[in-house]
Amino acid sequence: MKNVLVVDDSPMIRRIAKKILEELNFKTCEAEDGQKALAAVNADMPDAILLDWNMPVMDGLEFLINLRQLPNGGSPKVLFCTTESDVKHITKAMQAGADEYIMKPFNKQIVKSKFEEVGLC
Amino acid sequence: MSQAFAALQAFLLKSSGLSLDKEKKYLVEARLTPVIEQAGLSDLGELVTMIETDRTLAKKVTEAMTVNETFFFRDRQPFDGFRNAILPELLKHRSRQRKIRIWSAACSTGQEPYSLAMIVDEEARNLAGWTVDIVATDIAETVLKKAKDGVYTHFEAQRGLPAQHLVRYFTKRKDNWVISQHIRSRVDFRQQNLMADFSALGQFDVIFCRNVLIYFAPDQKRDVLNRMAQRLSPDGFLVLGAAESVIGYSSEFKPHSDNRVILTRRAATPQHEPLRTGASLEQARAAK
Repeated sequence: MKNVLVVDDSPMIRRIAKKILEELNFKTCEAEDGQKALAAVNADMPDAILLDWNMPVMDGLEFLINLRQLPNGGSPKVLFCTTESDVKHITKAMQAGADEYIMKPFNKQIVKSKFEEVGLC
Repeated sequence: MSQAFAALQAFLLKSSGLSLDKEKKYLVEARLTPVIEQAGLSDLGELVTMIETDRTLAKKVTEAMTVNETFFFRDRQPFDGFRNAILPELLKHRSRQRKIRIWSAACSTGQEPYSLAMIVDEEARNLAGWTVDIVATDIAETVLKKAKDGVYTHFEAQRGLPAQHLVRYFTKRKDNWVISQHIRSRVDFRQQNLMADFSALGQFDVIFCRNVLIYFAPDQKRDVLNRMAQRLSPDGFLVLGAAESVIGYSSEFKPHSDNRVILTRRAATPQHEPLRTGASLEQARAAK
């Protein structure tokens, strides 16, 4: 079973995302900001990360840049999941090493489709 | 089964080939209640009486009962097959004509033909000097209008469409995503009922007819498949939906290679050794 780290400062979004991912047969864990997510990946590198952009302490983009510099940081598929929904943000995320991009609000069909796109569904 | 339901079944079968099971009564209620209310009628009985003479209302009923579920690069496999098996073979076999014609039958809101157009665009280097016509048809004018507009909601634009494609081929307009003129201009949308004569569409090298015939009654399915065979070049390709098969309905087609949704004409005599699924366009060019 593949492991997905859900990183979002909203407990509600984390809960919804985890429910959808578990229905898609993923094992999930969570973090509420980029810094806590970095600690989590250092302890156990997940197969994928569902990543919010705007978070306190460390935002999603800064986390992604840090992640990709870690020894095994190139391996997880990173899917942004954010309210930022313009071409500029999507391009910036992909250039920083994101594999896919989900614009909120999302539903199960979109999550499934994006995880299929990165080869995990 | 009520007389009204039976009359609706007969109407749909005749007008669009749609086979409506008696278990689908809930679907009739969900889809036709708004049509009944909008027309100021009281029930299904009145509606089936009215559609005998009111062509506009009849068209609305057909459109309401048609399934329009679609999304970009739906099921992925047929599109990988188009890119990696069909295009390389056509590049070999059409090297003299340098022209490929594709038909997306029952294209709904346009995601299928636009997905094909994006692949054609990505393969522009290999297709330099070639003409690729994509004709997309549907019975319903409302979905065709949406397809022609090329404007997709936040949810539609994210379903099946990789972020790289979204950025490359769409622009954001308020909360919607609009397909680029460059891709839109590659697709020729036309209204076409598959039950009617479609010979005026011409001959094709590839026909995508996915997740349509599953809703057709056996006789209508046979008829459409056999008429599609006549529209397909002898070495052309028919692409069906994942749950569809021609077995028992047409002997005109046979599976292509190991890709079970891609079929070729049974009578076809390959002029060249077919490439295996997965062969690249570069390999095809090198083989020429």
